[in-house]
Amino acid sequence: MNAPKYNPNELLISIASRLMEDNATCFIGTGIPMLAASLAQKMHAPNLISMFEFGGIGAQLEKLPLAVGDMRTFNKGLVAAGICDIMEAGQCGFVDYGFLGGAQIDMYGNLNSTIIGGDHDKPKVRLPGSGGGNDVGSTCWKTIIIMQHGKRRFMPKIDFITTPGYLSGPGAREEAGLPPNTGPYRVVTDLCTLGFDKKSKRMKLLALNPGITINDVVENTGFELIIPGKIEQNDGPSVEELRILREEVDQDRYYI
Amino acid sequence: MKVISSGIGELIQPPDMNAFREWNRTKKTKALIDKRMSEQEAVSKYLKDGHYIGIELYGTVRAPMSLTREIVRQGYKNLNCAGQGVYESELLVAANVVKKLDWTYIGFEVYGLSNSARRAVESGFIEKVVEWSNAALTWRFKAAAMGVPFIPTRVMLGTDTFKYSAAKVVECPFTGDKLCLLPALILDVGFIHVHRADKYGNCQIDGISGFAAEMARASKRLIISAEEIVDEDVIRSQPDRTIIPYYLVDAVVEAPFGSHPGEMTCLYERDEQHIKNYATDSKDELLVKDYLNKWIYGVQNHKEYLDLVGTKKLDSMRIDGGVR
Repeated sequence: MNAPKYNPNELLISIASRLMEDNATCFIGTGIPMLAASLAQKMHAPNLISMFEFGGIGAQLEKLPLAVGDMRTFNKGLVAAGICDIMEAGQCGFVDYGFLGGAQIDMYGNLNSTIIGGDHDKPKVRLPGSGGGNDVGSTCWKTIIIMQHGKRRFMPKIDFITTPGYLSGPGAREEAGLPPNTGPYRVVTDLCTLGFDKKSKRMKLLALNPGITINDVVENTGFELIIPGKIEQNDGPSVEELRILREEVDQDRYYI
Repeated sequence: MKVISSGIGELIQPPDMNAFREWNRTKKTKALIDKRMSEQEAVSKYLKDGHYIGIELYGTVRAPMSLTREIVRQGYKNLNCAGQGVYESELLVAANVVKKLDWTYIGFEVYGLSNSARRAVESGFIEKVVEWSNAALTWRFKAAAMGVPFIPTRVMLGTDTFKYSAAKVVECPFTGDKLCLLPALILDVGFIHVHRADKYGNCQIDGISGFAAEMARASKRLIISAEEIVDEDVIRSQPDRTIIPYYLVDAVVEAPFGSHPGEMTCLYERDEQHIKNYATDSKDELLVKDYLNKWIYGVQNHKEYLDLVGTKKLDSMRIDGGVR
C-alpha cells in the first residue's frame, strides 16, 4: 500500500500527539497542541488530562477549541476553574508536560515571543508577548516546543528571552531559581524531532521526518546541533491518524 | 530579605495597601443599594482620564465588550491598562486610548498578531510597555486581593521577561531559594462581564472563572456587566455560586450579548465571521477606523450595536439547551 499523502501541519500534529502520554497532565496552548491533544485522546491516550490556561481541566476534546479560554476547553471536563488553579498546579509540580511555540529559539531551548529586532522600547516587530509561555516553561516538568524549522527561527542568539529554556547552559536554570529538574524536553519541527544533551543542555537531533536528511536539518538551523551516531526515523501520519484529524479533530480545517 | 536583582520596567501602578484598606472602608458601601445603570452612566461616573484599568476575561471569551466599546466611545485618551487580552485590548489600542501597558499577551490567538498593538508600540504611540507572564499578572491581582503588597513566585526568573518587568528577585528568608516577587496591582477601575448579577452586584459566572475573583478584589471601582439581572432570591438560592460579592461592586449594567463578538459559556457561541473579518481588516489602519466608526462611534449604545449586528445573527449564535 502507498503511504498516505499529508500536509506539513498534519505531520507536526501527528508527531506531537505521539509524545502525549495517557494519564499525564498536559498544559495545552493555542493551535497545534490543541489538535495534537485531541488526536492523542482518540488514538492512544484516552485519559490525557488537558489543562488550559484560563481554567479548563480534563476536557474531552471533541470539538476543536479556538481560544484557550473557550467553552470547548472544559467540554465534558473534570473542572472548570480559573487561571490560578492551573498556574499554581504548575508551580506545585502537578503539570507533567507543557506545549509551547515561539517565533525564535536558541540552542538551549530559550524562546522568544516578545519582539523581533530593535530594542525592547523601540522594537522592529512587536509580537504577542509571554502570555502563559513563561509560566509553562518555568514550572512544567517537561516542555515540548512545536515550531517551523528555519534559520530565522533557530538562531545563535534570539532577540529576547521570553520563556526560559536552559538559559545559558548547565546549571543556569537552578542558578536563576527555577524549580530543579525542569526544562525543555523535545522540539518538534516540520523537519525533525530534537532533544537536549543531558550534560551540555545543548539541542541535539533525535529523529528525522520522512524524506528529510541530516543535511536539511543542519542547513536550516542557525547554530551547531549535536548530531549523534544513531538517529531515528519518524513515521508520517498513519491512515488512521489522518482519518481522525480530518473527520473528527479539525473538520472545519482551521489548521490542516 | 535580600534583593538580588530588579527588573528595569516602570512600576506603573505602585501598590499602597493601607490606602487601599482605607478606600475600601470609606468608599465602598455595605448597604444593599440598587446599582443598576447604563454603560454610559457607569463609565462616565467612575472612569477618569489617567486611570489604570483592567478588563476580564479576554476579548473572545466572556469579556465586557459593551463596556469596552463605551470606553472607546467616550473618547478617553490617556489610560493605563493591564494587557491580558485579545479583542478588547485590540480595540482600546486601535482607538488610541492607552498610553502605558503592563503587557502579558495581546494578540488574536488563531488569527495571529494584534496589528493595532504592533502599530501602537512600533510607532512609539504607547509610551511604556512593561513585561509580565500571564500568571504574574493574575498573581499581582491576587496579592492585592490578599491585601499584601507583593507575592513570591517561581516564574519569570532568568529571562528578559523579568528584566523588562518591575518585579524583583530576592533570596527566600525560609529556604534560601531565589524567588520572583511580584508587586500587587490595584486597579482604579475593573470591568468584568458575568452570566448573572442581582441589582446590588452579587455575581455568578458559569464555566471557567478566568481571573474574575482576583481582579474583582483588586479594583478600587468595579463595573459589572451581566447577561441577566436576576432577583436577589436567585442568588440566595445558590450562594456557593457567587464569585463576586456585592460590596466589591460599584455599578451593575444589564448587557445581553455583552460579550459579542466573543462567546458566553452555555448561552452563545462566538461570532466567528465578525472576529475573522476584523482580524483580517486590522492589517489596514484605515479599515480599523472604518470599523470603529461603524461599530462604536456610529451607534449610541449597546442596544443600537445589537440592532446593527441583527437579531438573526444573534439568534444563530445561541446555544440551545445550555450545551457545554
